[in-house]
Amino acid sequence: MGKSKVRVQKRNVRESEHKVNEISESSPAEDKPGGESAKKDLTNESYLQTVFRRFRHHHLAMISIVVVILLGGAALLAPVLAPYRPDDIVGPFSGAPSKEFWLGTDQIGRDVLSRLLYAMRISLLVGIMATLISTIVGVVLGLIAGYFGGTADMLIMRFTDMVMSFPYILLVLVAAAIFKPGLWNIILILGFVDWPGIARLVRGNVLNLRETNFIKGNIVAGMPLRHILFSEILPNTVAPILVYATSVLALSMLDEAALSFLGLGVQPPTASLGNMLNGAQSLTVLTKQPWLWIPAGVLIVVLVMAINFIGDALRDALDPNSGR
Amino acid sequence: MKTEETVPLVRAENLKVYYPIKGGIINHTTGYVKAVDGVSFFIREGETLGLVGESGCGKSTIGRQLVGLEKPTEGKIFFEGRDLSLLKKDEMQKIRTRLQMVFQDPYSSLNPRKHIFEILSQPMLYHGISTRESVEKDMIRILDMVGLSRNTLGRYPHEFSGGQRQRIGIARALSLNPKFIVCDEPVSALDVSIQAQILNLLKSLQKELNLTLLFVGHGLGAVNYVSDRIAVMYLGKIVEMGDAKEIFHHPAHPYTKALLNAVPVPDPEEKRRERRLLEGEIGDSTHPPAGCRFHPRCPYAVETCRQKEPGLQKMEKASSHEAACPIVMTKEEEIG
Repeated sequence: MGKSKVRVQKRNVRESEHKVNEISESSPAEDKPGGESAKKDLTNESYLQTVFRRFRHHHLAMISIVVVILLGGAALLAPVLAPYRPDDIVGPFSGAPSKEFWLGTDQIGRDVLSRLLYAMRISLLVGIMATLISTIVGVVLGLIAGYFGGTADMLIMRFTDMVMSFPYILLVLVAAAIFKPGLWNIILILGFVDWPGIARLVRGNVLNLRETNFIKGNIVAGMPLRHILFSEILPNTVAPILVYATSVLALSMLDEAALSFLGLGVQPPTASLGNMLNGAQSLTVLTKQPWLWIPAGVLIVVLVMAINFIGDALRDALDPNSGR
Repeated sequence: MKTEETVPLVRAENLKVYYPIKGGIINHTTGYVKAVDGVSFFIREGETLGLVGESGCGKSTIGRQLVGLEKPTEGKIFFEGRDLSLLKKDEMQKIRTRLQMVFQDPYSSLNPRKHIFEILSQPMLYHGISTRESVEKDMIRILDMVGLSRNTLGRYPHEFSGGQRQRIGIARALSLNPKFIVCDEPVSALDVSIQAQILNLLKSLQKELNLTLLFVGHGLGAVNYVSDRIAVMYLGKIVEMGDAKEIFHHPAHPYTKALLNAVPVPDPEEKRRERRLLEGEIGDSTHPPAGCRFHPRCPYAVETCRQKEPGLQKMEKASSHEAACPIVMTKEEEIG
């Protein structure tokens, strides 16, 4: 045993002093390290540290995080930052950007910058809430389908296929016809349209995990079902869920914009990035008054891209098979 | 080991495990894989039964049955005289702590997201075997038993080598104070040098804690080393069963002989033995051969082997050595 310790240390001479100390501490038992992999295995780094270290290698994602935090912060602090109340008529109709109104005013004289800040709030709220709802629904259904299998699996997965094959615009149209279109309706609709992907993802992961020895070990140890599902299986599927959720977030923000642009989403006077673009349906606005639609359009693109970059970096960082 | 006639701790009676094969357009059952097909055995308290056979002969399936991971298609399993299939759910949960398992692959048997403290403490706390105050002390005691130091607790599974992980796996099984542990090929995924250490550990733990073990393995050498008795399986059936020494030195069944022949001897000086290795593959467990299941590969097979399926028979009247090969038995009688 003593000998093996020495050997471990020798092998790692080139590693930093600190690491060697940890390793010599960590060999309580017998085996000599089997080359590369063992050396890597013995570094004392928690999973989250590894993920964070890998994540930092993605410069684009780091920039994206800063962008998202800045924009999110601005949206959160909209009441403080906005120079005017978003729904107040404060200036000339369709006024060009000026010292008083940095981004101009819209067709009925509201300050575009103030509206933009509040619109970002709404769009982020819709995106995050819809993602939350679809993630929760997807995770619960995926867990049940994957773990119990059989009839439950069959029923849930066929229902999932059904929802997936529904064009969501149609759903929204129907829902808008039955209920009044509005903020919470669009959140609910997007939330209940986006979950099938997550359900499938979770189900696949659970099917895999269910057959692993550590789950069987827990069954043999007589652990209760809730422990196995939520404490053993779920933490092992968090990584792919997180990655998928970022893309759902980006997608639902885009969907909100599209629906609001068509007038089916968030209803005026409440501003959202989508319905601010609504004005661009008119040719004069599109060609002569770019301050009315360019800022909102750019914000959507920047937010969606930033979120997607973060998702990409997360996927790489969380992948246990990537060697870095 | 124990000579007094007690109720065996574990007993399997005519155990059958069939897995349905789904297929066709409407996903109906097209046949069954007969993984275990009518197996009876018992394990006395404090004894180790070794279960050997080729891959796919059903030995691991038996292990999973005994700890209640799967339900038998037919037949019964008794633990301390109680039929496991008749137990209610909560009774089963209680009895589970006393039936534990050590898995083959130490790399997948520990949750990669939890450190060892959580992996070991959660079951103990759930079953009230330990309390929040005493759990750390208990864990250190168990880790000490399996030869690991206390600073194992704060680490994650990926920081350990295969042998260390298997020790943790054994510690987890021990933490629930089990009476009976199924060791499902616990060393076959490890380096040879570490295999011996794990085998020695299991052996000494068994003595120390008076454990009852079912040791599943495919190498007769390792199994013989830890076992008091050995059962040899072929294609879902036990073909020979008896004391380990007896099986190792006087194998009766041609399949057991072939297995022994396949054990490499670490002696370069030894004259090249006459090695009669088996030819062919293990048969198809969906459609096992008629008659004796071993007859297509058996060098001694005669016509009756193709027709009548032999059952286990005692070699001598009073002995516990049983084999399912009437041909060899009669032959030996002629010789002896």
